[in-house]
Amino acid sequence: MDYQWNWAIFSQETAMGDGSTHWGWMLSGLQVTITLSLSAWVLALVLGTLMGVLRTAPIKWLSRLATAYVEVLRNIPLLVQLFIWYFIVPELLPVSWGDAIKQMPPLVQQFGAAFICLGLFTSARVCEQVRAGIQSLPVGQTQAALALGLSLPQTYRHVLLPMAFRLVVPPLTSEFLNIFKNSAVCSTIGLLELTAQGRQLVDYTAQPYESFIAVTLMYVAINIVVMALMHQLERKLKVPGYMGA
Amino acid sequence: MAYEFDWSSIPNALPFLAEGMVVSLEITATALVVGMVWGTLLAMMRLSASAPLRWFAAGYVNLFRAVPLVMVLLWFFLVIPQLLTGFFRLDPGTDVRMTSALVGFALFESAYYAEIIRAGIQSVPKGQMAAAMALGLSHGQAMRLVILPQALRNMVPLLLTQAIVLFQDTSLVYVSALADFFGAAHKVGDRDGRLVELLLFAGAVYFVLCFALSRLVQVLQHRLAKA
Repeated sequence: MDYQWNWAIFSQETAMGDGSTHWGWMLSGLQVTITLSLSAWVLALVLGTLMGVLRTAPIKWLSRLATAYVEVLRNIPLLVQLFIWYFIVPELLPVSWGDAIKQMPPLVQQFGAAFICLGLFTSARVCEQVRAGIQSLPVGQTQAALALGLSLPQTYRHVLLPMAFRLVVPPLTSEFLNIFKNSAVCSTIGLLELTAQGRQLVDYTAQPYESFIAVTLMYVAINIVVMALMHQLERKLKVPGYMGA
Repeated sequence: MAYEFDWSSIPNALPFLAEGMVVSLEITATALVVGMVWGTLLAMMRLSASAPLRWFAAGYVNLFRAVPLVMVLLWFFLVIPQLLTGFFRLDPGTDVRMTSALVGFALFESAYYAEIIRAGIQSVPKGQMAAAMALGLSHGQAMRLVILPQALRNMVPLLLTQAIVLFQDTSLVYVSALADFFGAAHKVGDRDGRLVELLLFAGAVYFVLCFALSRLVQVLQHRLAKA
């Protein structure tokens, strides 16, 4: 193959004429990927914990509701969910709301849909981990807490959740890594995150290999940083006497 | 609700959508079979006594697991056509998107299967290998006849769950405009101005298929736990 390598493209100015370089595109894409993933992760943790609690709660209709939530979000592809949030939800809302959404800047619309979609998608997985964590605790813990006079919400808050959270840190690490990778799907609705910036660079410079190598290395770097941070957290939070401690 | 649904474009589009579903299933099946075989080999390399083999397998698995599937697919849509036209002197205009998708998915899924299979092999008690070797089996025979059958049995639910994830992920060939089931639904919706109906329909179909399969996996898991 007679491919002309040209790593200098990254320091070249873009065709936008605003003085930005191709490297600047990459960095702004990285920034969007990280902002999106972190904010969606917060949403996923909050909703996932709530649903995990509901799934284990001894109230039939609440746990059924949470089960339905998880099944719907887990059995529809992420791409389909994203298109539904981005293209369809604004159509199905009352007209005035839909119009208000469509008046927003494109970046806000794209980021909003991506944030809700990734957050909910991941919350279903977080829910399953939290549920597994709670269910792995001996029944005696709930019984003892209730016997001591704690109410059910208090039992969750002071006894079950603190333990469950520490136990599920390792599986949550892999979900946390997944959210960064899944954020690449959001390039399909035009959100200029890392993958989309990489494709844009290919379109403008016709140097696909340099661009894809840079993007790939950035994902690998994200992966390494997140794993290192979570490893620290795992060591801090491990429960003596449990597996892996 | 202000939106007026009109589902009438779906019945006529069913043959086209079915063709798309065949593409989705083809990719799933290929990635499943190749992923299991190549994944098993990778898992055995990761557990082997030879350091270069271990490093190669660990590097392969970690690299593929660090990069988003979308990016992996874009790589393969870039590289595979160049390789094919370079080596086989194919006409550069030949549509090799399907080949690229098949290769990309198979190599990507292998990394995930390798991890599941490695965990499965490690879940078989060490005494099994020791006993097999004591009975005079070679390492390869012990692996093939004693360890892997037990490991695979333990792994069936996880492997099937991964297959469901894989089937859902095939929708990402959208990035190459290949008409899989989702791509077909999107095209019809775009053409008829009925994106809302077609996307909801696609979501419903995925849901029914994946939900049914995941229930099946649960039943199987239950049976395996009892046996």
